[in-house]
Amino acid sequence: MQNPDLPDQKGHFGPYGGIFVAETLIPALTELRDAYAGIREGKGFSREFAAEFAAELKHYVGRPSPIYHARRWSEELGGAQILLKREDLNHTGAHKVNNCIGQALLARRMGKKRVIAETGAGQHGVATATVAARFGMECVVYMGAEDIARQAANVYRMKLLGATLVPVMSGSRTLKDAMNEAMRDWVTNVGDTFYIIGTVAGPHPYPMMVRDFQTVIGIEAMIQMRDQFGRQPDVVLACVGGGSNAMGIFYPYLGEADVRLIGVEAGGDGIDTGRHAAPLSVGRAGVLHGNRTYLMQDEDGQIIETHSISAGLDYPGVGPEHAWLKDSGRVQYLSATDDEALAAFHALCRYEGIIPALESSHALAHAAKIAPTLPREQLLLVNLSGRGDKDIHTVAARSGITL
Amino acid sequence: MSRIASTFARLASQGRKALVPFITAGDPDAATTQELMHTLVAAGADIIELGVPFSDPMADGPTIQRASERALAKGMSLKKVLACVASFRARDQETPVVLMGYANPVEYWGLEEFARSARTAGVDGVLTVDYPPEEAGDYARALTAQEIDPIFLLAPTSTPERVALVAGMARGYVYYVSIKGVTGAGHLDVDAVARRVPEIRAAVGLPVAVGFGVRDAQSAQALASCCDAVIIGSRIIEEIEHSPPEQLHERILALIAPIRAGIDRAGG
Repeated sequence: MQNPDLPDQKGHFGPYGGIFVAETLIPALTELRDAYAGIREGKGFSREFAAEFAAELKHYVGRPSPIYHARRWSEELGGAQILLKREDLNHTGAHKVNNCIGQALLARRMGKKRVIAETGAGQHGVATATVAARFGMECVVYMGAEDIARQAANVYRMKLLGATLVPVMSGSRTLKDAMNEAMRDWVTNVGDTFYIIGTVAGPHPYPMMVRDFQTVIGIEAMIQMRDQFGRQPDVVLACVGGGSNAMGIFYPYLGEADVRLIGVEAGGDGIDTGRHAAPLSVGRAGVLHGNRTYLMQDEDGQIIETHSISAGLDYPGVGPEHAWLKDSGRVQYLSATDDEALAAFHALCRYEGIIPALESSHALAHAAKIAPTLPREQLLLVNLSGRGDKDIHTVAARSGITL
Repeated sequence: MSRIASTFARLASQGRKALVPFITAGDPDAATTQELMHTLVAAGADIIELGVPFSDPMADGPTIQRASERALAKGMSLKKVLACVASFRARDQETPVVLMGYANPVEYWGLEEFARSARTAGVDGVLTVDYPPEEAGDYARALTAQEIDPIFLLAPTSTPERVALVAGMARGYVYYVSIKGVTGAGHLDVDAVARRVPEIRAAVGLPVAVGFGVRDAQSAQALASCCDAVIIGSRIIEEIEHSPPEQLHERILALIAPIRAGIDRAGG
C-alpha cells in the first residue's frame, strides 16, 4: 500500500474531514490554507521553512527524541521487545510542542501577532504559551472551567509563561467547549490572530497541517530503527484522543505494508459501560468542530460527555484521517480502560524508571497485552507521547493518596 | 409558489420589508415555544426562524448558546422541534417557518428522512450554519426534493466566487451576516451593509435578509431601508431569559411592536 495522497483539495479523507464551518470562518481558513501551501513543496516543506523548523526542533525542543529499548519490562512481560519513542523527553514534556512550533513559525510568516489555543488538560495550552513566549507573541488560551479546577499546575504554568487564560463556562466546561470558544475568538479577531489547534482535528487544513508538523516523530523513528535495530518494527502503537501523536508516528509507516499500526483509544470504565472516549471503537460518523469524523453522540445527534482518566484523551471526536484509516483497514483501533492504563503506568515507573503520561499509558497497556503473545524477536514500537509528571495527582488520588 | 416566496412577493407589492424574529425551540420549554410563535405573528412577524438546539453551537454567541443549553436540558430534540412546527401549523398555515441549526443532528437522522419529516411538519426553509456550499450538495438536494428552501449565509468577507456558489444552491432568501463574528456580538455598520446588499441581491436573485446585531426599532429601521428582511434574535432571547413566565408574551409584544413599526417606516 502506497502512502495515500490525502486529503484532497477540499480537505477530504474519503468521506471524512472537509470544511464544516459557518461562512464567517471561511476567509480565515482560506488565508491559512494559502499560507500553508506557501511553505509546502512536493511532499515536504519548502527548503527555507524546513531549515527553520528543523533548527527550532533541534535547539529548542531537543530533538531527535531517542528510541529506548525497555528491556526489563519486555523481559517481565516475556514476549516481544518493547521500544519507546521518547517524545516525553521533548521540551515541555510531550509531542504537542512539535506542532506548536510549526504553527507559530507559520503565524510569524503571516504577520499575526496574537495566537490563541484551546486546551483540555492544559498540555496544549502550555505548549502554545511556551512557543508564544519564545516568539514574542500575545497568547490567549481557552480552557473549560471544570478543567481549570482539575489542572491547577498547568494553569499556573501558562500564567508563568505570560499567557492569558480565559475560563469557559458554557456547555460541559471542558475541552470541546474551549474549542467552540476559541473558534469564536478567531472569527472575531481574524485580522491579527492565529488559532493554534492542538490536534489533527478541526476544519481543513488543520488535520493535514498538524499531521505534517508531527510527522517528524515517524520520520525520525524510521531512521533510528534502521540504525539501531537494522529493521523497522513489527508493530507501531500510539494512543488516540484527537490523534496527533498517532498520526505523527503512523504517517511515514502507512506505505510499509509489513508494519502493523495500532491506535489505542480511551476505554474509560469499559466500552460497554458507555463511560469512555472511544469514538472509533463505538461511535458513528457526524460533524463537529469543522470536520466530519467519528463522534460520541446520542440518538438525537447531540455530542455527549466523554470519560477518561486521561484528560488529554477526553474528547468526543477524533481526527478525520483516523476515521479514514479505520474504514480503510490500514490501522487497527482498539481501546484500553482506565485500569489497564494505570497498570501500565505503574509498570513503566517500576521496571524502567520512566513516568509516562496517562495518555501514552493507554498505548503501553495494549503493548503489554499483546507482547506476551508474540515471539521474543518481534519489535513493538510505542509512541511514548508525553511524560507523566502532570498526572501524579490523578494517579495518587486513584490510590486514595492526597499529595 | 413556496410560502417564503409568496411572503416576499406580498410584502414587495405592499412596499414593506419582512420582520424575521428568531427564537430557540424549547427555550424555556416546548409549550412556551409553540405559544411564542403565535405571539410573534401577532406582533408582526412575517417569517419565524426557529433555532434547533445543539450541544456545540460554534457559530452562536453566549446568549443563543445559553438558550440552546436551557432547551436541551428540557429534553428538546430535532424531532421535537418538528413537533412544535406541526402544532404551530395546525393554527397558522400562512407564516413561513425556517429552522436554523447545525449539521450533526440532521446527518444523524439522515438527510432524506429529515427532509421528508420536516416537510410533513410544515417547515419551509432550513439554514444549517456549518454546511457551507462546498459541503452542502447532498443536503440541498434532499431539501429541494421536498420543496424546502435551503437558506445560506453570506458574510461581508464572502468573495464574489462564494456568492456565486451560494447563488447556485440557495432558495427562499439568503441570510447576510451584517457584522463579523458570532450572533449577538459587536456593532452594526449600516453603511457597509447598504453598500453590499444590492450586489448580493443581484448575484443571488433572492431577497436578502440581514441579521446579527439588531436590537431596537432604530437599528431595525436603518437596516430595513437597505435590505429585504430584518432578522432579530439575541435581543428576543434575552427577553425570554429575563422575563417572568406570566409576563413573557406581553413583553415580547412590547419588544417587537416598535421594531415592526421601525421597519415599516423604512418602507420600500
